[in-house]
Amino acid sequence: MSNIKKFMFVNRKAPYGTIYALEALEVVLITAAFDQDVSLVFLDDGVYQLKKGQQTKGIETKNFSPAYRALEGYDIEKLYVEKESLEARGISEEDLLVDVTVLGRAEMGALMDQQDVVLSF
Amino acid sequence: MLHIINKSPLANNALDSCLRVAQSGEILLIEDAVYAATAGNAFEGKIRKALERFRIHVLQPDLEARGLADRVIEGVSPVDYGGFVDLTTTNKTCQSWL
Repeated sequence: MSNIKKFMFVNRKAPYGTIYALEALEVVLITAAFDQDVSLVFLDDGVYQLKKGQQTKGIETKNFSPAYRALEGYDIEKLYVEKESLEARGISEEDLLVDVTVLGRAEMGALMDQQDVVLSF
Repeated sequence: MLHIINKSPLANNALDSCLRVAQSGEILLIEDAVYAATAGNAFEGKIRKALERFRIHVLQPDLEARGLADRVIEGVSPVDYGGFVDLTTTNKTCQSWL
């Protein structure tokens, strides 16, 4: 493929309280089907999407967190989490259910600047 | 009275507004507001301060859904759906800070 673009998905919402996190995941999977260069970014409350140990039986909602672990199978391996967002929430890298690259805010901003397409959720 | 909050304290000012206006009573944190009840969150200091004036409850199923049932701030009491109903009936009035 000669026309590969750099796509970044910016996730800033917590899961379950709104539909944004789940919708982002759906669009990410669609993009992967077109063999694009995909990066997922988790900022602010978006880092909560990756928290280990989610059990949604009590709220009768689908637990979509295992899907983040399946992304690798779709060749989506670039997951970035902002360090400052983790710190503000008392969450460590070990609390996350998938391997990620932790970036400081400036590095995150630089990565954002390199993209061809940025989609925000 | 009972104050119900359903938004994350780091993404919305509903809980801040509640704590600014309300003087005492009970607070129930549900949905994305349960993040406010977790240790290590930047809002923890405000919750600890608020515990001097309010009884604060958090909805357990919403904590479990978010993988945070193991880190509730001491002094905040988890309730189930039955406890939620009890809070709405034992308080004369109820304000949802939407």
